[in-house]
Amino acid sequence: MSENKSIISPVPGIFYRKPSPDKEVFVNEGDSVKAGDVIGLIEVMKNFYEIKAEADGIVERFCVENEDIVDAGQEVAVMK
Amino acid sequence: MIHVLNPGLQTTVQDQGRIGYYEIGMPPSGAMDKYSYTIANLLVGNDENAAALEITYMGPTLEFRENTVIAVTGGEIPPKINGKPIPMWETVSVASGDQLSFDFVKQGARVYLAVAGGVDVPAIMESRSTYTLCGIGGFEGRALQQGDELRVGPVARESVRVGTRVPDALIPQFAKSHEIRVVIGLCSYRLTAESKQSFLSQEWTVTPEANRVGYRFKGERLGFVPREQPFGAGSNPSNVVDLGYPIGSIQVPDGVEPIALLNDAVTGGGYATIATVISADLNRMAQIKSNEKVRFVSVTLEEALQARSEVKDRIAHIKQAIAENGR
Repeated sequence: MSENKSIISPVPGIFYRKPSPDKEVFVNEGDSVKAGDVIGLIEVMKNFYEIKAEADGIVERFCVENEDIVDAGQEVAVMK
Repeated sequence: MIHVLNPGLQTTVQDQGRIGYYEIGMPPSGAMDKYSYTIANLLVGNDENAAALEITYMGPTLEFRENTVIAVTGGEIPPKINGKPIPMWETVSVASGDQLSFDFVKQGARVYLAVAGGVDVPAIMESRSTYTLCGIGGFEGRALQQGDELRVGPVARESVRVGTRVPDALIPQFAKSHEIRVVIGLCSYRLTAESKQSFLSQEWTVTPEANRVGYRFKGERLGFVPREQPFGAGSNPSNVVDLGYPIGSIQVPDGVEPIALLNDAVTGGGYATIATVISADLNRMAQIKSNEKVRFVSVTLEEALQARSEVKDRIAHIKQAIAENGR
């Protein structure tokens, strides 16, 4: 069993799970992702910062809702 | 030469600013936290107006292609050389091939990286500051991108001993809630008495839009005194006949969400400016993150000037300490 790993937002802002409002979410809970895959966006300073998976794995769960405000250093998802 | 391996979120070249063109609509740009910026330059022996890097929220990864000395100051985004932590607020030597990277932001929002000799970019209207909205100054008028090569100026003005450190008492600390001093005016007469009170008594939340142009705050709506629309003013009660906007001035379009205009902001327009952040606290404004809390505290012009001279004294004190212990 590999350990659970947090995905942290390095910046404060608004968290989005979709690339745009009329598109599907980047990933669902339970999906497999590869290192470098985008799992969400943070809107800050009128820019979008991509949150990426650091390693291959499964997105176990998201810790914040779509459009929630997050702080720098906040956990946004857990991978296993 | 400094090679940009990863640019960070928004890393720009800044100096003291493009001063003297405000009346033609050119904002000064320049370092948002001038206290930290100035001290970074002093620690590497640079002229106080030498160009440095302003790093916001998330640090870049940079590779040095020459031996030099650097200093990192400002909020706390812990710097590392080749993966090992290095101190902030201290003169640090780097060797050609060294990689500078940063941990997650711990406190504050911006750090300054000064390198001996300064970042060598062309001066545009007497300044090396980046004004990204117009695409002028700094490195090609924009934030740094992966693959950029930054040239370093030939020599620092003075040589400062590696390990020279700013006294702890003069290193600012940044919390998550902030008191920011303002001078009320120029158009505060447009606010109702209750709203003037409410502006100063409520705790405001900084929105995610906050950037070098301005900081926007969420809170209770403010109301304006009813009036007959003057000739030349917009129809909204928050409009006045156009005026110059001081740096740090706070306007409240339609009474919703005050905006403090900062270094890259529009220089004038038709919104009532209800207060202005004092210059000493613009440094601290620069270190406030989105989602953090702010209370505005009203001070007199005399108190504002006193606070400004205290900041100057602190910088002079550090300059003296470096001259005595750092050579």
